Amino acid sequence: MDEKTLIAKRVALELMDGDLVNLGIGLPTLVARYVPAGRHVFFQSENGIVGMSGPITGAENHDLTDAGGSPISALPGAASFDSAFSFGLIRGGHLDVTVLGGLQVDREGRLANWMVPGKMVPGMGGAMDLVTGARRVIVAMQHSAKGEPKIVERCALPLTSVRRVDLVVTDLAVIEPTDAGLVLKETAPGVTVEQVIANTGCELIVAPDLRPMPL
Amino acid sequence: MKNKLVSLEEAVARIPDGASLLIGGFMAVGGPNRLVDELIRQGKRDLTIIANDTARPNNGLGKLVVEKLVRRVVTSHIGLNPETQKQMIAGAIEVELVPQGTLAERIRAGGVGLGGVLTPTGVGTTVEEGKRTVEVDGVTYLLEMPIKADFALVSAKQADLYGNLTYALTARNFNPLMAMAGATVIAEAEDILPVGCIPPDAVMTPSILVDHIVTATPR
Repeated sequence: MDEKTLIAKRVALELMDGDLVNLGIGLPTLVARYVPAGRHVFFQSENGIVGMSGPITGAENHDLTDAGGSPISALPGAASFDSAFSFGLIRGGHLDVTVLGGLQVDREGRLANWMVPGKMVPGMGGAMDLVTGARRVIVAMQHSAKGEPKIVERCALPLTSVRRVDLVVTDLAVIEPTDAGLVLKETAPGVTVEQVIANTGCELIVAPDLRPMPL
Repeated sequence: MKNKLVSLEEAVARIPDGASLLIGGFMAVGGPNRLVDELIRQGKRDLTIIANDTARPNNGLGKLVVEKLVRRVVTSHIGLNPETQKQMIAGAIEVELVPQGTLAERIRAGGVGLGGVLTPTGVGTTVEEGKRTVEVDGVTYLLEMPIKADFALVSAKQADLYGNLTYALTARNFNPLMAMAGATVIAEAEDILPVGCIPPDAVMTPSILVDHIVTATPR
């Protein structure tokens, strides 16, 4: 199993029956493939739909895409609406889970994922509203980038929100930000606690009930 | 009642250089793409654009940026249009980046006569810079100002001859919000129908908001 699949499968276990879920662009979109059998999850796309499918080929409708502009379909029971309503769902406490990619997460569990000053200034799109408003925020990302830890003492990159995220799932570990700091809850198959610590840029608290990822 | 159905040329001729334009669409889906092409053909300049994103260089309002007709843009995302980023870095275009939900609410506020909106989005980030904060029941919010514009260019699935509009699926996005916040509203519609063909419950933007209608499909 490649790293992205592993992350997506682990995140998918967090989705509960009946949840309304928004998946970010990129790695998070893979999560939709691995929702555990027997759990019905509604996916939202912030451009105005609840009850979307994943990307489709064939039978495309030019009036129906995901937030990345890829054609999707509306599943039976779907609903569409305008952008103010869509972000009302997000900010208003109606969105159960958002899964987003990350550039950095700091020891306080704060996420930076929208710009690299001087290099990449795409704009925040809906990310700031999603991290501020979703009931649960799950960050799905590689543990390090080009050998540099992405989990750090303090984010050097501009924050997406000052809100503490709820869970960080990487190719090495599952980490839960808490009042006391970042708690290492699970390790990926074949990964040791020492390896996780060596690839993390700040202190980790090893959970007493540390376990392997239940994949 | 005056006839709202006008030619594409006539509709766009009413827009002066330097105008501010709310333009509907999300990555050009549900965007008034014929009106945008006509803005380019008529060479309108120094435009201020308020839109969710600047699409791609070869698509929708992304082309306005490529043609260097835009002076200022207020938007949530420019990541898929490298030309916007290039002109921004070169100082040729002014870009105000706004969180998407905040952009929607600022436009809505402009259209419904509110003096602004209070949102938790952006508190403690670079978005807060230069803004007032307000505390309500122990929670800090940013005061975000309303947005209005000289024109709103919107895209509809259907329009009747009074100007009642419907939108399809995710092509709705910012269109109904913008139709309230433009001093003059020009709607581009795929289907133009006799009055009475759109049942009242199906109307998403009432006709009284719409000034001009153009057809999205050249005949």
